[in-house]
Amino acid sequence: MSSTVQEIEILNADDTELMRISREGTLSLNLNEMQAIQTHFKGLGRNPTDVEIETLAQTWSEHCVHKTFKSVILYSEDGKEPERIDGLFPTFIQRATEEIAKPWCVSVFSDNAGIIEFDDTYNLVFKVETHNHPSAIEPYGGAGTGIGGVIRDSLGTGLGAKPILNTDVFCFGMPDTPYPQLPKGTLHPKRVFKGVVAGVRDYGNRMGIPTANGAILFDTRYTANPLVFCGNVGLIPRNRCEKSVEPGDLVVAIGGQTGRDGIHGATFSSAELDDTSENLGSVVQIGNPIMEKKIVDALLQARDRNLYRSITDCGAGGFSSAVGEMGEHVGAEVHLERVSLKYEGLAPWEIWLSEAQERMVIAVPPENLDELIEICEAEVVEATVLGTFTDTHRLQVFYEGKVAADLEMEFLHNGLPQPVKQAVWHPPQHPEMASRDKETEDYTDDLCQLLASPNIASKESVIRQYDHGVQGGMVINPLVGSENDGPSDACVVTPVIGSRKGVVIANGINPKYSDVDPYNSAAAAIDEALRNIIAVGGNLEKTALLDNFCWGNPDKSDRLGELVRAARACYDIATAYGTPFISGKDSLYNEYSDTTTGEQRAIPATLLISAICVMPDIQRAVTMDVKTPGNYIYVVGNTYPELGGSHYFGIHGFIGNNAPIVRPDEGKLTMEKLSTAISNGLVRSCHDCSEGGIGVAAAEMAFAGGYGMALNLRNIPTGDKITADDMLLFSESNSRFLVEIEPEHQQAYETHMAGVPTGCLGTVTDTPDFVINGTTGNSIISTAIDTLKSAWQAPLQW
Amino acid sequence: MLKPKALILRTAGTNCDAETDAAFQLAGAETALIHIQNLISDKVDLTDYQILAIPGGFSYGDDISAGILLAVEMKHKLADALNKFVADGKLILGICNGFQVLVRTGLLPGINLPGSDTPEMTQQTTLAMNTSAKFECRWVGLETEESTCVFTEGIKDNIYLPVAHAEGRFTAPPGVLEELESNKQVVLRYAKSEYPHNPNGSDADIAGICDTTGRIFGLMPHPERFLMKWNHPRWTRLTKTTGNNSEEGDGLAIFKNAVNYIKSHGK
Repeated sequence: MSSTVQEIEILNADDTELMRISREGTLSLNLNEMQAIQTHFKGLGRNPTDVEIETLAQTWSEHCVHKTFKSVILYSEDGKEPERIDGLFPTFIQRATEEIAKPWCVSVFSDNAGIIEFDDTYNLVFKVETHNHPSAIEPYGGAGTGIGGVIRDSLGTGLGAKPILNTDVFCFGMPDTPYPQLPKGTLHPKRVFKGVVAGVRDYGNRMGIPTANGAILFDTRYTANPLVFCGNVGLIPRNRCEKSVEPGDLVVAIGGQTGRDGIHGATFSSAELDDTSENLGSVVQIGNPIMEKKIVDALLQARDRNLYRSITDCGAGGFSSAVGEMGEHVGAEVHLERVSLKYEGLAPWEIWLSEAQERMVIAVPPENLDELIEICEAEVVEATVLGTFTDTHRLQVFYEGKVAADLEMEFLHNGLPQPVKQAVWHPPQHPEMASRDKETEDYTDDLCQLLASPNIASKESVIRQYDHGVQGGMVINPLVGSENDGPSDACVVTPVIGSRKGVVIANGINPKYSDVDPYNSAAAAIDEALRNIIAVGGNLEKTALLDNFCWGNPDKSDRLGELVRAARACYDIATAYGTPFISGKDSLYNEYSDTTTGEQRAIPATLLISAICVMPDIQRAVTMDVKTPGNYIYVVGNTYPELGGSHYFGIHGFIGNNAPIVRPDEGKLTMEKLSTAISNGLVRSCHDCSEGGIGVAAAEMAFAGGYGMALNLRNIPTGDKITADDMLLFSESNSRFLVEIEPEHQQAYETHMAGVPTGCLGTVTDTPDFVINGTTGNSIISTAIDTLKSAWQAPLQW
Repeated sequence: MLKPKALILRTAGTNCDAETDAAFQLAGAETALIHIQNLISDKVDLTDYQILAIPGGFSYGDDISAGILLAVEMKHKLADALNKFVADGKLILGICNGFQVLVRTGLLPGINLPGSDTPEMTQQTTLAMNTSAKFECRWVGLETEESTCVFTEGIKDNIYLPVAHAEGRFTAPPGVLEELESNKQVVLRYAKSEYPHNPNGSDADIAGICDTTGRIFGLMPHPERFLMKWNHPRWTRLTKTTGNNSEEGDGLAIFKNAVNYIKSHGK
């Protein structure tokens, strides 16, 4: 590797040669983009340097610029006339937020994370990122740097937020996958699981940030392409939310040294994986959480003394991305030989592109430099002046006095050709499963099987490895109940110790419904995230959403069709509930190919919705564990015959076609009324109905509280007539809850809920028996809560 | 009188400093978060303070073993200041990583070495890897022992606090253990011996100890995480039944005791 700047010969290259340059350089640029670069440099009458072409590849990568979400799409549904969509992001995500127009949204989609109001002193920032490709190759490092990266997003928002909470959602292959069935060159799901959990644990715990919310899902299609979503919430003073860069400000790098780690992360993650990807070890970074902690300690002091005007993190694309973005509207001049290196021998483009972790870039007025350096020295953090922001509107990079790159900001940020993409959608047809009421009189085994299915089973062995109490603000733990081991719907924390104002964090994700229709899956993810917020005592009025799309290759029209369906649902459901999106991210090309057999595997279309709610008084919070024998159990919300994509169908080998749909007119009223019932103190416990429906929700409430239940299915309000017991028990219809009501509040509860379907199913009992009678009056489930709890706890205790 | 002054010591990897700071403030102290570099360089004078708190975290990453690098730094760069601090009758509190640090400096248990009349900052006990071989974040019941410790004077017999650590198994040679018991230096014990109630496999279920004066206290559980009643993991179950209207969590008493001790002894 040469440590000088090289010229890349493209002026006379034909199309084949252009694509060879892109492929062999891991640039992930397509022919249109390579041609646009060629045309630009023909106009300049010179070849680009390696630094320039790498900068363009990084800036134009799917990872950094999200071209799929911005490009024009011609979408054709079921063979109908194509419809033109002028960008999924502006059409479905941004427009939803604009129309909802919540006054408490401080900054949306523009900074590294979204910002909403919290109290008179502080705002909250929230961002969720993915680190999928790195975690597939090196689970520990990939996941650790995933959480490290999203923490820096909070730190790089406004003038820097203090990280206060982590969330993590993982999707893995089935833990019992036989080794011979592993796709070539991939790690076993259990190995990925353990590595990812350890990576998040060691990074999050060392940073001193509670990891208090998350989910773990399993599907065989994630084996070659696991998903690792990492989220961070930050607390920022209200007067530190805006940033600017002035010509003359110094470009200052803070934190770790630069090495050859993480080269080409941005472009690598913008392509499919294949069975040789494991050889790309240098694209995965190495994490050092203590370095990052020191940066937080130093920068928050500098922030409070107003020593810098702008900040961003070095994420994908390293300095190239950070300086390129900060200087977009002014210009920047950087001298690469000033960068503090881990070791000698890096080529200039490697210094510029390295994704070495734990680095931030800030814009410092020269008169503040000494004070900044004093703080950094006291915290033992390196601060290096790399150059200056200018008024040239050019990105100028030098190495040992020679020009390494000289690009117009205009071409860098707006020169990317916008393609028109084709998308198609054909609704699939799956075999239906008939009710099993005629085959069986007892659903106890089905309930145990559902509780033991890995998506539903207890994640306690993972949760206990995360420090969820650090920072001292925990109000609703991830594990609740009489033995501190029941599954909480969401977590609640008070970021300011002693204050009663709380933050609720929840998530919703249900890729199984995507097998029927990604529209339903996306709608259900929003509904589920909101249900989880409501279930602990939150409200719709002050809840914001994040969208994280993980999809297959969007250059394939069927995958893009699924993306259009999901994005449309985001608009429809978010506007109906009045909950704006404040930030989001997409990770596309989650697809694996075997280069010898040509086999292609895409992940299920997966949308994670994360929700954040500001709760005025945390003393109104409730948990999901039943509290007292003699109390009534009510179901809230209509049940519909919706078992398509359900876990019940899943354990019997079916997918079906009637995936739960969201009826926001019903759902919104249900959630609003229930939210006020909870804050009025009428509800003793509350759990949302999700995977496994009423059956699983009731079982979880019972064993978490340590009491039995005697229930019957006759009073379940239904939207369409349902006679089958298994449908009533396990349908996964949205916008439903189970609540525990004390006898003295029964009347007030029923009066309050007028207009919302709700029915009393039975009572909490002081015996350990869990009994449910079917519509004919016969017992269809009869067991002990300990049996249910063991079934739920056993599978993932490793 | 003036508020007692508590110095919350920080270094790279300290991460429970803010809530420890909040705890001392709620208890009535004036507090300062001070990086150890500022003590080493004499920018800050330890004699200006009456309470030294070493919070939880992963000092310097705990990559060799928990707390050892900070302990070495304190022993070699701050020994005189620390010895004077102790000799002046002031208070030292080490929580979790801070307890690990105090044990590795030898300030805890601080019993005299055989044939000597001083403890001489020599490590006599250790906090080893949990028997479960992993990080454990959970709440534990604790029994308050009759001891000389000023931090736990008059607090309830049974308290409930969270632990969050991978290296918390207190262990010591038999002779040292006997001496700790006979000196009444065992301050807190896990209420039950079996896992997970004793979350790390500590000898004699020991969760916290003090030195021979009772003025240096170290514990693995985190009292600073239970300052308000709603930090309790089952507060939604308890409030209705117990009718306890106090908003205070079990942990706050430890900080209040420290502040009140300084107030009443005028250090």
